[in-house]
Amino acid sequence: MARAAVLGRLTWRVATVVAVRPENARAVTIVLDVPGWPGHLAGQHVDLRLTAEDGYQTQRSYSVASAPDGDQVELTVVEVDDGEVSEYLTTTVAAGDQLEVRGPVGGWFVWRPDAPGPFRPVMLVAGGSGLVPLMAMIRVRAESAAKAPFRLVYSVRDTGSLLYREELDRLSRKDGGLHVTFAFTRTAPPGSAWRAGRITARLLAEAGWPSVDEPDVFVCGPTGFVESAANLLVDLGHDPQRIRTERFGSPGGRP
Amino acid sequence: MTQSRLDGNALAGNLSEIFRVDITAAFGQCTHCKNGGPVAETWVFSSAAGMVARCPVCAEVVLRLVRDTGRAWLDLSGLDCLQIAIPDDPPPA
Repeated sequence: MARAAVLGRLTWRVATVVAVRPENARAVTIVLDVPGWPGHLAGQHVDLRLTAEDGYQTQRSYSVASAPDGDQVELTVVEVDDGEVSEYLTTTVAAGDQLEVRGPVGGWFVWRPDAPGPFRPVMLVAGGSGLVPLMAMIRVRAESAAKAPFRLVYSVRDTGSLLYREELDRLSRKDGGLHVTFAFTRTAPPGSAWRAGRITARLLAEAGWPSVDEPDVFVCGPTGFVESAANLLVDLGHDPQRIRTERFGSPGGRP
Repeated sequence: MTQSRLDGNALAGNLSEIFRVDITAAFGQCTHCKNGGPVAETWVFSSAAGMVARCPVCAEVVLRLVRDTGRAWLDLSGLDCLQIAIPDDPPPA
């Protein structure tokens, strides 16, 4: 381990589960203690490796949900149909368990509150569990002095599938700099401003920033969602070079 | 199991085992169609055998990465060039 540290190469670390917090019927947040965690940027992810008793190993990537906080790292995992790892993480893992993680990794899909250059508003577009890295950005913003105004469009099946509902409500009430629009795809609760369905150009135009404001845009979710949202944003006049995307693959999230 | 398409962000862990700087944020030029863009925006297909990244413009292979016990194989022959941002060293204290 000491030699690897000197070389600066990414290596696996043993993390201990401090707590498991339910987020909804199919999602949990796993709070990890990772000794020597070097800190992370909002939007980065970790690789998580599981080893079965027979030696079979499998690994998955999960976005970090939390703002940097010492050695503590929070991952939010949504259970996916046929997802062997997500099922284990959402139903079996408990405080005191140990998991192998490496990271943080990824330098593209990140938001830096102190980025040099002209001040830019930020538009976040989430599909389902694609909210997780965007929530890290919202949390970092909430803790930082730099208050770039954020607008979040969160496409989600129904109210039962929402993540971080109370925190989003609280943060957007506290500070006019965060505006949140829920876009339900299956069932919209009574009183919703928008009818249930896929996100549309009109919704992105009204709930997001106009392209003349030149926002930095982050889109995360299942591959099909990300591509249709990114195409709509380009059609609305957003510069493709200011749209950063991250695709999770299957519609349900990470398996 | 169907192989779902990810993007180059998913290469970050395996590339960070090899390189000290993050390669997913680097700009690459595709050998086949000469278009360029961030490695993070390539199409990535992952399987037990390894990871394949394709150019989002022409769909040709730009990068292949196979990891096995004790070694990795990295094929960058689909890339003409990588432009990698390297922050300047801070001035000595």
